[in-house]
Amino acid sequence: MRVGVVTFPGSLDDRDAQRAVRLAGGEPVALWHGDEDLRRVDAVVLPGGFSYGDYLRCGAIARFAPVMRTVIERAAQGLPVLGICNGFQILCESHLLPGALTRNAHLHFRNRDQRLRVENVSTAWTSGLQRDAEIVVPVKNGEGCFVAAPDVLDRLEGEGRVVVRYADGNPNGSVRDIAGICNANGNVVGLMPHPEHAVETLTGPSTDGLGFFTSLLTATVS
Amino acid sequence: MPRVVVDVMLKPEILDPQGTAILGALPRLGFDEVTAVRQGKHFELEVTEPVDEGRLRQLADILLANSVIEEFTLRVLP
Repeated sequence: MRVGVVTFPGSLDDRDAQRAVRLAGGEPVALWHGDEDLRRVDAVVLPGGFSYGDYLRCGAIARFAPVMRTVIERAAQGLPVLGICNGFQILCESHLLPGALTRNAHLHFRNRDQRLRVENVSTAWTSGLQRDAEIVVPVKNGEGCFVAAPDVLDRLEGEGRVVVRYADGNPNGSVRDIAGICNANGNVVGLMPHPEHAVETLTGPSTDGLGFFTSLLTATVS
Repeated sequence: MPRVVVDVMLKPEILDPQGTAILGALPRLGFDEVTAVRQGKHFELEVTEPVDEGRLRQLADILLANSVIEEFTLRVLP
C-alpha cells in the first residue's frame, strides 16, 4: 500500500511520518507541495512542522499549495487523509475539517508526552485501536487550541466525530479537551498530537502511535 | 496606485491570549486605565486601477481572514 507524505516548505515531521508508514508495513511515497500529482498513492499524510513559517495563520498558505488541490478533491471521493499537528491546521484551513487551531491559551509552546482517550474507532486511521483505550503520544505545539462554534461542537460530539480527547490535562486550552476530529465519512482525520513519534520504544514514550498507521493498512486490505 | 487596507480581528467570542498578555503588562507600565486589549492584523495592499472591491473582499475572505475565527473590515484609501 502506497502512503504519500507531503513535504511543504517548513515541514519537519515528514521523515518521521514516512518511517511510521514503513514500520506499519506500508510503502511511504514522498509528495511535493508544488506538484499536483499524488503518484498513485492510496492515502496521504500531511505531517507536522511550520509550513510557510506559519505566516499569516498556521496552514493558511499551505492550503493553496498545488498538491492540496488534488488532496482536497480526492478526500471528497474518500481518499484517507491524516493531518498531524500542522497537517491538522492545514485540514481546518482547507475546510476538510471544521473549526480552527489557535494560539495556546497559556501562550506557551507545549512539548510533552500526552495521554489521549480514543473515542472513535471507525475512521480509516483508528479502526485498529480500542474504543476508550488510553494511549500516550507526544504533543508539541504552540497553536493547538481547537476552537469551533458551539453548534459545530455539538454536531461533532453528536456524530461521534471527536476521535481523540486529551485525558490527563489539556495542553493547550482546546475546547472540550478535543485533540483530534474526523470528517463525516471518517476518511479525513486531524489531530494535534504526534502518533508518528510514538512508533518505536527507542525514540518514543510508547508504540501507541503505530496503531494509526496499521489501522489504515488493515482496513484497506480487508 | 490605490491602496486598500484590510483589518482582521478575532471574533469577540474567540479567546485572544496575546491581547490578554499585553493587558497583563500594562499595569507594570502604569497604564491602569486600559481595561481590555484585542490584537489583530493590518494589511495594506497596493492594487491596480480600477479597484474591484468585491473581488478584494473575496481575497480577504479566502486568505487574509479565517471566517471560522476572524472577521475583517476592508476600505479603499482615497
